[in-house]
Amino acid sequence: MAEKEQLTDHIVSVLVNNHPGVLSKVTSLITRRGFNIDGISAGNTKQSDMFRLTIVVKGDDRSIEQIQKQLYKIIDVVKVWIITPESKLDREIGLIKIKIPQSLRNEILQMINVFKASIIDAGPEGFIVEITGTSEKIDSFLSLFEHHQIVEVARSGIVAMNRWDKK
Amino acid sequence: MNGARIFVESLKKEGVDTLFCYTGGAVISIFDELHKHGEGIRLIQPRHEQGGTHAADGYARSTGKPGVVLVTSGPGATNTITGIATAYMDSTPLVVITGQVSTDKIGTDAFQESDVTGITLPITKANFLVKDVNDLAITIKRAFYLATTGRPGPVVIDIPGDVQKQDCKFNYPDDPGLTSYRPKESGHPKQIKTTAKMLSKATKPLILAGGGVNLSQANDELNKFLNKYKIPVATTLMGHGINPEDERLFCGFVGMHGTLYANYAIQNADLIIAIGVRFSDRITGDVSVFAKNAKLIHVDIDPAEIGKNIPVDLPIVGPAKSVLMELNGADIKGDYSAWVKEIDDYRKKNPLVYEKTGTLKPQYLVELASKIFPEDTIVATDVGQNQMWVGQYYRFRHPRTFLTSGGLGTMGFGLPAAIGAAVGNPDRQVLMFSGDGGFQMNMQELNTIRKYNLKVKMIIMDNSYLGMVRQWQELLFEKRYSGTDMGDNPDFIKLAEVFGIKAVRLGRPEDAERVINELAACETSMLVHAVIDPNENVLPMVPAGKPLDKVITKF
Ligand SMILES: Cc1ncc(C[n+]2csc(CCOP(=O)(O)OP(=O)(O)O)c2C)c(N)n1
Repeated sequence: MAEKEQLTDHIVSVLVNNHPGVLSKVTSLITRRGFNIDGISAGNTKQSDMFRLTIVVKGDDRSIEQIQKQLYKIIDVVKVWIITPESKLDREIGLIKIKIPQSLRNEILQMINVFKASIIDAGPEGFIVEITGTSEKIDSFLSLFEHHQIVEVARSGIVAMNRWDKK
Repeated sequence: MNGARIFVESLKKEGVDTLFCYTGGAVISIFDELHKHGEGIRLIQPRHEQGGTHAADGYARSTGKPGVVLVTSGPGATNTITGIATAYMDSTPLVVITGQVSTDKIGTDAFQESDVTGITLPITKANFLVKDVNDLAITIKRAFYLATTGRPGPVVIDIPGDVQKQDCKFNYPDDPGLTSYRPKESGHPKQIKTTAKMLSKATKPLILAGGGVNLSQANDELNKFLNKYKIPVATTLMGHGINPEDERLFCGFVGMHGTLYANYAIQNADLIIAIGVRFSDRITGDVSVFAKNAKLIHVDIDPAEIGKNIPVDLPIVGPAKSVLMELNGADIKGDYSAWVKEIDDYRKKNPLVYEKTGTLKPQYLVELASKIFPEDTIVATDVGQNQMWVGQYYRFRHPRTFLTSGGLGTMGFGLPAAIGAAVGNPDRQVLMFSGDGGFQMNMQELNTIRKYNLKVKMIIMDNSYLGMVRQWQELLFEKRYSGTDMGDNPDFIKLAEVFGIKAVRLGRPEDAERVINELAACETSMLVHAVIDPNENVLPMVPAGKPLDKVITKF
């Protein structure tokens, strides 16, 4: 038997009918089959009666295929895409409330510019920053701040699709 | 028409003639409509909802029709859970309808409220909570369609009390309107061709037939296939019911307590065509060396089964029946007679055996019953040693004649499943085998036998132990028989008599033939309390997780 394959993050995108309970059906199936969900996002698609879930799960390649097949067994699941690393396009949005002393404001503003983030709210104590990009980009933006400077973080979870040229 | 009436009319549209049901506050309106307008629907009332659900399961397994269950909310619904889970693991088509508290009370922890769709989520093929009476008919249509097509399974419909009372126009749809659900109707022609090619090249092919063959009503096609190409067949426990003309082709069942020759065939085949099997751990043993010399073709209606536990060389997604029909028309050149002889020689050297001592041996009882009862007898077992002995020593020649909880291994299944089979097959013999432990898990259903005057022949194999667990303790826990002693069993004869059922005690091997003959000939229900050798073990045995050829044949 082959050695245990390495567990990596996989992105699975699931198009579902917008019926009650469908989100819990999808997530509980994934956990029941022994996988951890590292992230999830949901939103409407071009058809108003469907929505698309983007789920990050940890598993080996074979088990990801299993998940895909199992998901298809849920009656309300219409389509399942596995987003492959080579062709993935993924984005996440983060809202970050940061406490910033007046003296550091200019420096911080520069950082925000470098990351093409924007300030969507400001108060005497600090900013709320909106940042869009890959999860890694948001991670590295966050790592620039001291722990105590960050008051609150809200991240959307990944949305992703395969590029045009993925066959 | 109110929702309750719509429900009743929908059942009629689905051709339901038998309903296993137990009433309560949340389904009282439905029972009322059944009373007024339920002509043509026979109500079978068990003594416990678990018994009712297993009975519906036994009815479905033996007839091929869906089993239909109606229970009240809360405890009525939760009592069906073991039955639903049992049906789910063995892919039985069930439609279970549960009453629910009114829509305005849902989520308030109302009296007898339970989150039925939440609880049954992982053990149903689909489930529905109907919040609007306008959705009721289409939901029932969908439930029956889903339960019975593709890979069958249980479907739950939860109907709140107020929905049962609301009015709407009754219009039963022809089309379930499920766009994202399209089970395959046949295997891919290219894969069929490849199979034919692989078979032509193979010298030691083996068919491994599972429950899917029974579910897909493919037994005739499979027998034809075996007869035409003279390929040996082994089954899983659930695959029993295969009957090739040449008995040498039949290897019995594989796995933990499978025959030595079936496991030998698996380990020495060069090509295995597995049809409608799940490759559960009880079948494969150590997966890394399972069928280590064979290429594997896996036929299944459920694509998620393919490659789930065992890597596959050629997947064929489709129903067993149509795939076998295609294969029967394919051009396959192969002569496997040397291989058939090899297995047969092995079988002659390694038959199923048990020690013949002065005590009553359960294997002997099963052999006798298999000889004495008619060929189309429906046999239900409970779980444990009794189940394995029947699996080993009873020769099932017809589809859907062996009812057993294979996947979930539910003790308490045997008696109610036999009852369901008797309800659905009044003209056939129904024979139940049970351990003394499992029998007591649903023995209240003896009253259902009496109530409906059913004909069920029962054999309790009483070893005064929870035998299968005791066997593991003997083998793996130095005979520390913790929690397995059943020395305090009730008097089963008196018990049967309380329910008006004839019962006899059997203790000596020399009486066995007479008693089993009497049991088969009896015009009513009858129970045999067989006091068997308490130390008898199920052999051969492949300990859990070990390779199929690392077999224990003696303790
Ligand atoms: C509901 C349930 N509880 C517990 C078990 C675990 N179990 C498996 S076999 C077995 C022993 C069964 O004993 P008995 O019914 O007397 O049958 P025997 O094995 O002696 O034939 C037990 C306890 C089970 N399978 N199902």
